[in-house]
Amino acid sequence: MKNTDIAAPDYFHKVVDCQWACPAHTPVPEYIRLIAAGRYGDAYMINWRSNVFPGILGRTCDRPCEPACRRGRVEKEPVAICRLKRVAADNKENITDRLPKPVAIKNGKRIALVGGGPASLTVARDLAPLGYSCTIFDQDPKAGGMIRTQIPRFRLPESVIDEECGYILNIGIEFIGGRRIDSLKALLAEGWDAVFVGSGAPRGRELDIPGRKEAAANIHIGIDWLSSVSFGHINKIGKRVIVLGGGNTAMDCCRSSRRLGGDDVKVIVRSGFEEMKASPWEKEDAMHEDIPILNFLVPKEFTHDNGKLTGVVFEKVKAEYDAKGRRNLVPSGEPDEHYPCDDVLVAIGQENSFPWIERDIGIEFDKWNMPKVDPATFGSTNPKVFFGGDAAFGPKNIIWAVAHGHDAALSIDKFCRGEDINDRPLPMVDILSQKMGIHEWSYDNDIAPDKRYRVPLRDKVVALRDIKAEVELGFDIELGLKEAHRCLNCDVQTVFESKLCIECDACVDICPMDCITFTENGEEADLRTRLKAPAPNPTQDLYVADGLKTGRVMVKDEDVCLHCGLCAERCPTGAWDMKKYLIDMTHADDLCRTRHQSAA
Amino acid sequence: MTYIAKPKFHHPSLPKNALGYTHRDYEGKVSTLCAGCGHDSITAAIIEACFELAIEPHRVAKISGIGCSSKTTDYFLNASHGFNSVHGRMPSVLTGANLANRDLIYLGVSGDGDSASIGLGQFAHSMRRGVNMTYIVENNGVYGLTKGQFSATADRGSKSKRGITNNDSAIDLAAMALQLGATYVARAFSGDKSQLVPLIEGAIEHRGAALIDVISPCVAFNNHAGSTKSFDYVREHNKAVNKLDFITGRAPIKVDYEPGTTQVVEQHDGSRLLLKKVAADYDANDRIGATNFLAHHAARGQVVTGLIFVDSDPEDLHTHFNTVDKPLNALSEKELCPGSAALERINASLR
Repeated sequence: MKNTDIAAPDYFHKVVDCQWACPAHTPVPEYIRLIAAGRYGDAYMINWRSNVFPGILGRTCDRPCEPACRRGRVEKEPVAICRLKRVAADNKENITDRLPKPVAIKNGKRIALVGGGPASLTVARDLAPLGYSCTIFDQDPKAGGMIRTQIPRFRLPESVIDEECGYILNIGIEFIGGRRIDSLKALLAEGWDAVFVGSGAPRGRELDIPGRKEAAANIHIGIDWLSSVSFGHINKIGKRVIVLGGGNTAMDCCRSSRRLGGDDVKVIVRSGFEEMKASPWEKEDAMHEDIPILNFLVPKEFTHDNGKLTGVVFEKVKAEYDAKGRRNLVPSGEPDEHYPCDDVLVAIGQENSFPWIERDIGIEFDKWNMPKVDPATFGSTNPKVFFGGDAAFGPKNIIWAVAHGHDAALSIDKFCRGEDINDRPLPMVDILSQKMGIHEWSYDNDIAPDKRYRVPLRDKVVALRDIKAEVELGFDIELGLKEAHRCLNCDVQTVFESKLCIECDACVDICPMDCITFTENGEEADLRTRLKAPAPNPTQDLYVADGLKTGRVMVKDEDVCLHCGLCAERCPTGAWDMKKYLIDMTHADDLCRTRHQSAA
Repeated sequence: MTYIAKPKFHHPSLPKNALGYTHRDYEGKVSTLCAGCGHDSITAAIIEACFELAIEPHRVAKISGIGCSSKTTDYFLNASHGFNSVHGRMPSVLTGANLANRDLIYLGVSGDGDSASIGLGQFAHSMRRGVNMTYIVENNGVYGLTKGQFSATADRGSKSKRGITNNDSAIDLAAMALQLGATYVARAFSGDKSQLVPLIEGAIEHRGAALIDVISPCVAFNNHAGSTKSFDYVREHNKAVNKLDFITGRAPIKVDYEPGTTQVVEQHDGSRLLLKKVAADYDANDRIGATNFLAHHAARGQVVTGLIFVDSDPEDLHTHFNTVDKPLNALSEKELCPGSAALERINASLR
C-alpha cells in the first residue's frame, strides 16, 4: 500500500465517524468535550455554527452520527450524541450577544427565500451577516416550516422553535408569513438577485382505495392532520384510530392520537416491522405508549356505514425475495382481515409539489417531475434559482436541509459576486498537539466503561394527558456529564512520524485494541489479514507509514482505535503524537474569502 | 511510567484460545518501566506465548529477583502465583517452590545484574541441577535502575551513554548455560517477537532447565551509538541460526519443508520442535558445536540468536532425586508418616 496522505483533509475527517456521517459535519467530539467541561454555551455555539438548530435537533434529529459512532463498534451502543446536543441547548447561558448582529450597511443584493423551513433559515442565516437582504416567504404565519407544523409539541416545545428561529430572524432577516408564492415567474420578475426554493415536500401521499371518497370525513392525510393539530385547529380524534404507514410521520400521528382521545391506536404497515422507515427509537417510543405495530397488512378497502367510516379491510401478505435479493410483497393466501376504527390517518409518504413553478423560466425538470439540481452547488438550470432541503431531492430530514442550506448559501454568495459556484473551498483544518508535558494530555483520555445512559421520560399517564407536555426530560447535568465521558475523542488523532521511530514495539504492546502492526508492506487485501488483529471492516482505512529503518511499514487499523493515546504515552521518541484535527466546513461567511482550493 | 489505565475494551474479533481466553486475559498491571523499554516487549511475548499454549494462568508460578527486569512479573499473568524475591535469589526460591510443587509451570524472570552479578552462583546451580523452569534473562547490559553503569554482560569495548569504554570481559549467560548443562539454551532479541514467542513456548514445554537470554535494549541508558545492546546494533549484528517455527503434538508433521532446511527435534514426551534453519549445517543438538559457534561469532561482534541448543531427552531435578510423581505439598500425613514399621526398615537398611 501507498503511504497514507494524512494531509488530505478527508483522511482524518473520516476517522471522526460522527462528524463524517453528519450531513452538516458538526464537530461532535469538540462540543461533547465542552459539555463535559461545563461550557454549555461554547458547546451550543459550535453546534449553532454547523447545524443552526441545536435545541431542535437535540430533540428531533434523525442522528446519522449515532449509527456511525465508533463506540458502537467498540461496545454495544453509540454515544447519545443527539441528546447531548440538547444538554448544551438546555443548560447554556444567554448566548445572544455571541450571535451575528444585523448588518448596518447592506451589500445591495436581495435574496428571496421560498418556504420558511430549516433550509431557507440556514441560507438566510449564512447570508445575512454578509450584508445580503434576505426575505423569507411562507404560507404559515410563523417561521419554522415542517419543524413547526409536523413535529408534535410533546417532542419539541414551541418555545424551542421560537427561540432558535428567533436567533436567525433577529439578524435582520425579513419574514413574510401567511404569503404563499403561487408563481416563481412572478417572483423572479420582482428583480431578486437570487431565489432560494426551500418549500419542502408538502404533499402527503394519497391512498386511493374503495371507500376513500365516501368515508372522507374520518380519513385524514397525516402531515396535514399534524399541521392542523399543531396550529390548534384539531384537538380531538375518535377512540379507535388506525395509522397507515411506517415512517416517522406515522409515529408522530399515532402518538398524537393517543393524546387527543385515541384509546385504541394501532399502526398498520405493509412491510415487515424491521423494514419500516421509522427510526428504531421512534418505534420504541410509540410502543412504549401502548401502540401496537401490525405488519404485512396491505389496506384494501375503507368500510363505511352510509359514509360513516367503520374500519379498514387488509390483505395479508408475506415477503418474498427474488434472485437479485429484491423484496416483493405477495398475498399470503390467508383471509382478509377487517379492523374496525373511527378514524384513519394516512401517513404513507410525502411528495414534492411544484405547480407554482412555470416550465418556461429556464428550470428543467426530470422524468419524475423534479427540478434538476446540482448535488454540490444546489443550483438549478436557471442560474438565479437554487434549491435545498426536501424541495431539492425529496423528503429527508432537518439536518440534511441544514447541510443543503450551507452549500446553497455558499453558491448564492459566489454567484452574486460573479464567481464560479463550482469552485468549492475545502474545509479549514486546525491541527494541535494535545501533549502538555510528560504524561499530560489536554484531553480526557481515560476511557469510561459506562454503558449508554437512558434519557429520563415524563410519567406516561401525565404525558398522555397533555399533547404539549414534552415526553423526554433530557439528560440533567450529571447524566449529561456521564454520557459525555463515553465519547472516545475520535478527533484527537494518532499521528505517526516514521523518522523518529526506533521500532521498539512499545505502541504495539500497549495498544488495548491491537490496532498497530509493524510488518512487510503488501496489497491492502493481503495486509488486512496479516495484522495483529484482523481488519475486516473495509469502510475504515488502514493508516500506512513507510520510511522505517528495517524496511517494514507501520500499519494502523483505524476501525476500533479508542484514541486513548497510550501509543503516544508509551512511545519513547515521540514518533506517535495525539493531535486534535478540528475540521471546520466552509460556510458562506467571511472566512471563505481567505479559503482556497488547497490541502489544509 | 504511565498514568492512564489501560482500557478494558478489546478488539471485537480478537481470537480466543482453547480455554476461551483472549491474549488480553493474560495481561497484568500497566508497566511502570520507561516508555519503549525492551522488557515490555518481552512481557508482551510471554503473554502471547501463554495465550497460544492455552496455559491456565493459575498453573503458573512467576518468580523474580530485583531490578527493572524483575519488576515485569507484575505486568503479565495477573492470575498467576508470584514471588518477587531477594536480589539474585530467584533461582533458589524457584528451586524450592519447584521441589514442593512440581505440577506448576515455573517462569523465572531475571536481568543481567540479577543473574550475571549478584546471582551468578544461583544461576549456575539452577542450570547444573536441571531445575524444570523457563529462565528468562532480560539482558540490557546496564544497571538501569541506578542510571546506566555497565553490567557484567556489557561487551568489552562498548561505550556507555557518557562515552566511557568498558574494559571488563562480558559474561555470556548462554555460553555458561551450555557449559553448565542446561538442556534448552536460546538467545533472542526483544525487538523480534516472531522469533521470541516460539522460543518461550518451546522453553515452557521443555522439561528441564531452559535458559533464554533476551537482548533487551535499555532506551534510557543503553540505546546509543557505541552500545552493543542497542536496537540498531542488535538488528545489524543479529546472526540467527534458526527459527523455531512451531511446536507440534504427537500428530505427524503435515507441513512440507525442503530437506536440509529444517531440523526436527523430538522431545521425550513425543512432541516435536520444528526448526527452520537459517545458518546451514547448524545442529541444535550438538552442545560442543554450539559452544564453539557462540565463541566464534562473539569474537566477531555478532549476536547469535535462535535455539542454540536443545537436549531432546532432558532430565530434571526431580528425576535426579527420584521424587514421587505427586507434588510434595499434596502428600497426606499417611504418606509422609508411613509408621514405625517403615522407619524400622529404613533404619535397618542403614545399619
